[in-house]
Amino acid sequence: MSGNAFAAALALLPDYLGQHVVLSASAVLLGSAISLPLAIAASRSRRLGGPVLAIASIVQTIPGLALLALFYPLLLVASNVTVALLGWRIPALGFLPALLALTLYSMLPILRNTVAGLSGIDPAVKTAARAVGMTSRQSLTMVELPLAAPVIMAGIRISAVWVIGTATLSTPVGQTSLGNYIFTGLQTENWAFVLFGCVAAASLALVVDRLLAIAETGFSRRSRKRLIAALGGILIVIAASLYPLVTMDVAEVTIGAKNFEEQYTLSALLADRLHKAGFRTARRADLGSTVVFRALASGEIDTYVDYSGTIWANEMHRTDSPGRKPVLMQVAQWLRTTRGITALGSLGFENAYVLSMRSDRAKTLGIRTLADLAVYAPNLTIGGDYEFFSRPEWKSMVNSYGLNFARQRTYQPTFMYRAVRDGDVDVIAAFSTDGRIAQYDLRLLADPKSALPPYDAMLLVSGKRAGDVRFLAALKPLIGKINLSAMQQANLMVDRDKRTPEEAAHWLAGRIVR
Amino acid sequence: MIRLRDISKTYGGGPPALGPVNLAIEDRELAVLVGPSGCGKSTMLSLVNRLIEPSAGRIEIDGVDMALCDPVQLRRHIGFVFQDIGLFPHLTVAENIEITPGLLGWRRTDIDSRVLDLLKLVRLDPSHYAGRLPHELSGGEQQRVGIARALAARPKIMLMDEPFGALDPLVRDELGSEYRSIHDQLGITTILVTHDMTEAMLLADRIVVMRSGEIVQNGTPQALLDRPADSFVQSMIDTPRRRANQLAQMFGEAP
Ligand SMILES: Nc1ncnc2c1ncn2[C@@H]1O[C@H](COP(=O)(O)OP(=O)(O)OP(=O)(O)O)[C@@H](O)[C@H]1O
Ligand SMILES: [Mg+2]
Repeated sequence: MSGNAFAAALALLPDYLGQHVVLSASAVLLGSAISLPLAIAASRSRRLGGPVLAIASIVQTIPGLALLALFYPLLLVASNVTVALLGWRIPALGFLPALLALTLYSMLPILRNTVAGLSGIDPAVKTAARAVGMTSRQSLTMVELPLAAPVIMAGIRISAVWVIGTATLSTPVGQTSLGNYIFTGLQTENWAFVLFGCVAAASLALVVDRLLAIAETGFSRRSRKRLIAALGGILIVIAASLYPLVTMDVAEVTIGAKNFEEQYTLSALLADRLHKAGFRTARRADLGSTVVFRALASGEIDTYVDYSGTIWANEMHRTDSPGRKPVLMQVAQWLRTTRGITALGSLGFENAYVLSMRSDRAKTLGIRTLADLAVYAPNLTIGGDYEFFSRPEWKSMVNSYGLNFARQRTYQPTFMYRAVRDGDVDVIAAFSTDGRIAQYDLRLLADPKSALPPYDAMLLVSGKRAGDVRFLAALKPLIGKINLSAMQQANLMVDRDKRTPEEAAHWLAGRIVR
Repeated sequence: MIRLRDISKTYGGGPPALGPVNLAIEDRELAVLVGPSGCGKSTMLSLVNRLIEPSAGRIEIDGVDMALCDPVQLRRHIGFVFQDIGLFPHLTVAENIEITPGLLGWRRTDIDSRVLDLLKLVRLDPSHYAGRLPHELSGGEQQRVGIARALAARPKIMLMDEPFGALDPLVRDELGSEYRSIHDQLGITTILVTHDMTEAMLLADRIVVMRSGEIVQNGTPQALLDRPADSFVQSMIDTPRRRANQLAQMFGEAP
């Protein structure tokens, strides 16, 4: 790991680790608080026990990422209900959905072990508890729970390790965690970051596992010393990771970003300008297109950069393409009237979805436009990012040109470019600002029928900041100041030269002043 | 007085494990239940402190129907020694013994001195044994802790299921007669189950002989010796004498 990348990763550790620990600890605590009484009730009634364990097992079979993704729309619906009824909004993004999903995830091992621990107790001992004059509650607290404690503790331990691992997946729902290293690192091909994130999450899981193992033997050997040591250890881990969070300034403004390099760089640029204007800032990266848009509309984030065509096709459901200026104007008006969002203007460049092929291959086949491509498509494979094939732009392209590919594959953007370079796919839906188009010598295929809308980068501001003069003054100077080649170079710095998005943002900022 | 009126107990759908039986045990009496394995002795004891409920009939203590009492309070005032001991494996010897006094809210100092007295009574050196866990004791030592636990809250009624079964003969005789004197001193009413006819003869005020859920004979040891109800009772009381004779033959003529 280069010293540079290591230092950059280390600088983020207090924030990422702190949030990771707070999230995991809350989920395990909440999970235990729900599971223990539920398991006790289940172990006393066969009618409750079967269904409870069955449901918990089913929850466990849902992949962690899917469970996290499920809570976002659920909370969004709940949020609409509370807004309508109480005028108060449930945050659908960030801590809450991550906490709820991980809590559900934490429950099965605790439930299962508590039920097993309680039902494994020698019946003679339970009869003795009654015979010496204990009520059933006293029997539970004085005899059954202490006897089951090591098994219950083992369940909590398994649960804690699971939750710490799964919490790395909460990054895409807007909750910062050690997963930020992994998601960002994967995106920018910064393997040092990915490795750092893995090692950090694994070390945390290992430390917690050891501490809870001490608690477990503390219970089974009735050693108060071990219990105190384990509890002390856990408290130290929580306090140590909480300390930087508590002493850190609470953010006033939150800047959103989708899940690719350009967005990281632009959010760093926005954060830097707002910071210099005296705002305490926080950034939430790796959000999906729709997620980040909703978050801006609801005011959970204050600003981010989106692309006119994305809103045009995905939110306004338009399929026509009247040209850059008209689309910009109509999107801005639609945002203001229907979502209360202010569009400050275009940054000065377009980042469009463009179908691209390796130049040599395009030349041999004689493909220049999407119309040419349609002829060969039945023998070709196309690659796109996770969103692309479910977006209306893709359908419109397919309909306009009658595209019919032999196969389609989805990739993390980084791997998509490699796949086309290495010939694993023939065509990809590239981003026009991506530096790798030049680096890998890709040919951009023309769209003569204008099946795709223009994609001007628009600086968007949430309704609650619309009247904040200082806020707007900090961002306005960016309008029209970033041209296509500047953005491409900044992206190349991150993709090819392995610079951090912050460094690229710094470089961009320097060009704006000049 | 403990009185069983037409008591019967059926487990599940099978034939009755006990009864219907009628039995009266006077205050301060030490009654011994004897009979072959599975004849319903443990069942009868469990009915008295309501660990199980009768299928029919009722039990009265001093004329009060037990079904009307709070079973938890009832059990705190009846000492129970289990056939399979049933010590709490996570509690030390001292903590096991002090359970019922603790539940009754005794003062700490009273509890501590009571634990010491009881450990001495059952021949366990407090300094060696008080802090040990049950799995660190021999079977006989565990049984003695079980007896101490049952006696701890100074109950007026003791139900003892094979209390001396795991003890060596010397300690067994010693503890048996020790218990008999405690029983007399404190005015306890005891129902004790044993398979050892000699022990029954030596300890009992009253012997109740049972067979397949029924009471075959109920009387003083002397009455049983003089007028056994049938050949079954006869053969049971003959057991000690038969053994003594066998021994005498092995060692030649008695002096
Ligand atoms: N919980 C139970 N469920 C079903 N049957 C039972 C239960 N407890 C006892 N029994 C049956 O009831 C009968 C009497 O049992 P009990 O335990 O009272 O015998 P016992 O005289 O104490 O025998 P032992 O000398 O072997 O201890 C037996 O046939 C036994 O199988
Ligand atoms: Mg028995």
